[in-house]
Amino acid sequence: MDNEPPIVEIRDLKKSYRRGDHIVPVLENITFDIQRGEFVALMGPSGSGKSTLLNLIAGIDKVDEGAIRVGGVEITELSETELAHWRATHVGFIFQFYNLIPVLTAFENVELPLNLTRMSAKERREHVEMALRLVNLSDRMDHYPGQLSGGEQQRVAIARAVVTDPTILVADEPTGDLDRKSAEEVLDLMIRLNRESGMTIILVTHDPRAAQKAQRIRRLEKGFLNNAHSQTSL
Amino acid sequence: MLILKLLFRNAFRHKLRAALTILGITIAIMAFGLLRTVVSAWYAGVEASSASRLVTRNAISLIFPLPIAYKDKIRQIDGVKTVSYGTWFGGVYKDEKNFFPNLAVDAQSFMHVYPEFTIADDELRAFLKDRKGFVAGRKLVEKFKWKLGDTVTLKGLIFPGDWDFVLRGVYRGRDKTIDETQFLFHWDYLNERIKNKMTSWANQVGFYMIDVTRPDRAAEVSMAIDGTFKNSLAETLTETEKAFQMSFVSMTEAIVMAIQLVSFVVIFIIMAVVANTMAMTTRERIGEYAILKTMGFGGRHILALILGESLVITLAGGILGIILTYPAAALFGHKLSNFFPIFNVEMKTVYLDIAAALLVGVIAALVPTRRAVSIRIADGLRRIG
Repeated sequence: MDNEPPIVEIRDLKKSYRRGDHIVPVLENITFDIQRGEFVALMGPSGSGKSTLLNLIAGIDKVDEGAIRVGGVEITELSETELAHWRATHVGFIFQFYNLIPVLTAFENVELPLNLTRMSAKERREHVEMALRLVNLSDRMDHYPGQLSGGEQQRVAIARAVVTDPTILVADEPTGDLDRKSAEEVLDLMIRLNRESGMTIILVTHDPRAAQKAQRIRRLEKGFLNNAHSQTSL
Repeated sequence: MLILKLLFRNAFRHKLRAALTILGITIAIMAFGLLRTVVSAWYAGVEASSASRLVTRNAISLIFPLPIAYKDKIRQIDGVKTVSYGTWFGGVYKDEKNFFPNLAVDAQSFMHVYPEFTIADDELRAFLKDRKGFVAGRKLVEKFKWKLGDTVTLKGLIFPGDWDFVLRGVYRGRDKTIDETQFLFHWDYLNERIKNKMTSWANQVGFYMIDVTRPDRAAEVSMAIDGTFKNSLAETLTETEKAFQMSFVSMTEAIVMAIQLVSFVVIFIIMAVVANTMAMTTRERIGEYAILKTMGFGGRHILALILGESLVITLAGGILGIILTYPAAALFGHKLSNFFPIFNVEMKTVYLDIAAALLVGVIAALVPTRRAVSIRIADGLRRIG
C-alpha cells in the first residue's frame, strides 16, 4: 500500500475570497497527501479554511494557485463541465444538514446520482437497494425525508454518497446537526465503509470526538496546515 | 425520468402558492381569450365577406340612396353574375334594446348572392309568395321565441309607422361565422308603402350587392360600375364586400386597438406575477440546485427543472383558462348578442392562448434559471441550514 501513489495530492494550494475591496486569504501554501483507503479528519476552528479545502478537493470550488490531483486526475485543470462529470463518478458528498430533496423518497434521493450514469432502471434499483441495506434503511426506502429522523436522513445521505462507488467520500460536519447517539451511528457507519469497502474518507469537523474516529487528523489554523500529524488510535 | 418526477413534484411543492399562481394564469388566459374573441367578433363581418361579392353604394354617403333603375345597367356589365339590392330599414322591435339588423331586400336574388344563408325550400317558397313575409336568422328567432306564421311588428325609425311582418322562414348560417340575427323582408313591400309618403326614397335602394363571375375580376368590374354612373345624379362607389365591411370597423378601430392593448397588458402582468413566483421558488431552492450540481448535474438539468416547473404551472393555468374561455365566451356572447351576433372562440385564439402561456412560462423562468445555473456551488451550499 505504501508504494501506491496517494489518492489525493495537494501541492502549494492557495485560495482567497474577495470581500468588497478586500482580498481575504483563506488557504496558504497547503501541501499534503491522502493515501488510498485512508480516513482523514480535517480539524480547525471556524474560519480556518477546512470546508474550503474540502470543497477544493471535491472539485466544487476553484483554486487560486497550486494543484490538486485526485486519483491521478489534475482536477484544477478541468473545465466546469469536465468537473461536473468528474464529481458524478469520483466524489460522494455528505453534508451537515443532510441536504436530501424533500419531495423525493429515500429511494429516489439515493437513485438521483445514478441518473447521470448509463445504468438501466433494474441496475439502478439494485444499487439503490444495496446502498440502503448498507445504511440499514431498507425498510424506510419509501419514506420522504420529512418522515425520517435526523440520523436516518443522514444515513440516506450516506447511501446517496456511496451509491456511485466514488473514489473519495467527503463529509462536511456530518454529525454537526445530530444528537450524540445518531452522530455515533453515522460515524460508525463511516468507519465501516472505510474498513470494509476501503473507501477513502475526508471528514471535516470541529468535534474532537468525531475526529478521533479517523485514522489521521490534520489541523488547519488561519489557512495554514499545522504540520503536526495526529495519528489516532484507529 | 426521475428529473421529470422531481420537476412535477417541485411544481406542486407549495400547494397554495401553485394553486394561486395557476388561478392567476387561468384568469389571465381566460381574459386574454375573451378579449381576443371580442376583437375577432369585431371583424366577424369582414371575415365572413366573400371575395367574389361587391357592394355598390352612393358615392357621397351610405345614407343617400341609389335608383332601382341602376339594377339593369349593372347587370349588363361584363363580369357581373347576379345583382341584388337592399335598404337598411332600421326598425325597432318593441324596445330599442332589442337591436338586430333588419333589411328590405330583393329576396330571390339575395338568396343567390348569399348562398351561405340556408333556408328550407318550402319556407323560401312561402316567403317569396308573401309580400309581408320575412325570414329571420335562427338565433334571432330563438331569442324572441317566434314561430312560423307569427306576426311581428317593427317600429320604423327611418321609415315611420308600424310595420307588420309574418314569419315565413328561418335561415341558418352555413357555418359558425355567419350572422344568424338578421331580419329580411321584401323591398317591394317597403317601396310600395313609402311610394306616396317618402317620395325621395321611392324606387330607391340603399345599396346593391353584386356577385361577380370571378373574384379576380372584382377590381375591373368595380371600376366599370362606377364608370357607368359617373357624372350621373347619383354617382356610385363600388368596393369589395370586405372593404365595405372594413369601412364600418375602421370607424371604431381605436376601440379595437385599445382592446388589443389591454389583452397584451393582461399577459404582461401575469408574466410579472409568474416571474416573481419562479424567482421566489428558485431562491428558496438554490441550495438544492447546488446539491444537484455537486452530484454532477449540469446547467441543462437545472434549466430543465426550473423551466419545466414554470411551464407545468403556466400550461396548467393556460389549459384551464382555455377550457373556461368557452363558457365565459358563451355567456358574454349571449349578454352582448345585440352588439356581437358572431361571438365564437376561434382556433386562432386558442393557439394564441397556448403561445401566451408558453411565452409566460419561458420568460418567467429565464432570470431564475440564469441565477441558479451561474451561482457557484459553494455559495449555493452556504444558503442551506
